[in-house]
Amino acid sequence: MGTITLDHYVYLATALFSVGVAGVLIRRNILVMFMGIELMLNAVNILLAATSAFRGDSSGQVFVFFIMLVAAAEIAVGLAILTTIYRNTRSIDIKHYNRLKG
Amino acid sequence: MIAIAFYLLTGLLFVAALLVILSRSPMSSVLWMVVAFFAITGHYVLLNAQFLVVVNLIVYAGAIMVLFIYTIMLLDLSKGLKHKRSILVRLAGIVSGGLLLTVLVAAMRRSSEAAVGDLALVGQTSFVGLVKPLGLALFRDFLVPFELSSALFLAALVGAIALGKKGGTD
Repeated sequence: MGTITLDHYVYLATALFSVGVAGVLIRRNILVMFMGIELMLNAVNILLAATSAFRGDSSGQVFVFFIMLVAAAEIAVGLAILTTIYRNTRSIDIKHYNRLKG
Repeated sequence: MIAIAFYLLTGLLFVAALLVILSRSPMSSVLWMVVAFFAITGHYVLLNAQFLVVVNLIVYAGAIMVLFIYTIMLLDLSKGLKHKRSILVRLAGIVSGGLLLTVLVAAMRRSSEAAVGDLALVGQTSFVGLVKPLGLALFRDFLVPFELSSALFLAALVGAIALGKKGGTD
């Protein structure tokens, strides 16, 4: 097994970020695309927390806290927009969002 | 011991993340997302980031996922999506994700410095993740961003209510 170093966390975060990107690209369901964005944010969170712990510097974990705050605000507004558009189009397919203009 | 826990949590995290983006029903996506968040919380436990453990459980696995589940229950998704992305677009998406992974890993390999430390030792000696050091950093060095984030939250709250209000002002 060996020891776990910072490099392990770098590769873990990279792979998790790529899974999130693939999820946003291959799905049409807006809810699942949101979850792909959450996966990407969490990959960055893991990397920041790991770097902070290995370096002995608490700033990284403070930034993780701020990322969580912004993610919560983003999800609240995003889901409100989603329900508004669902009320008009009866669908959560990303295809219907191409009528958003201006 | 810590290495075994790390690999178990990583495996669980990737199985859950892949099931999030691949499962058909959005509800099972959300439930796998909760599993993924618990695996991430386990990683924070390994890093001795106790504050992040609690905040991750409350904010992500608690609040955000409940918000998702409520939204899914409010929408009528029984019909499912009529149009799926074509197989070519899905393939292109997967290839793009894989290429991104390849490029990032190649870049990391180039730039990876000497290993800073061993997690077993870091976990025992790292006190930066405890509540007291983080609270000091948050209220001494990052006080202005912290207060600004409360204004951001208020704006998000008002925006969500204004957007979600039935009828609207249009």
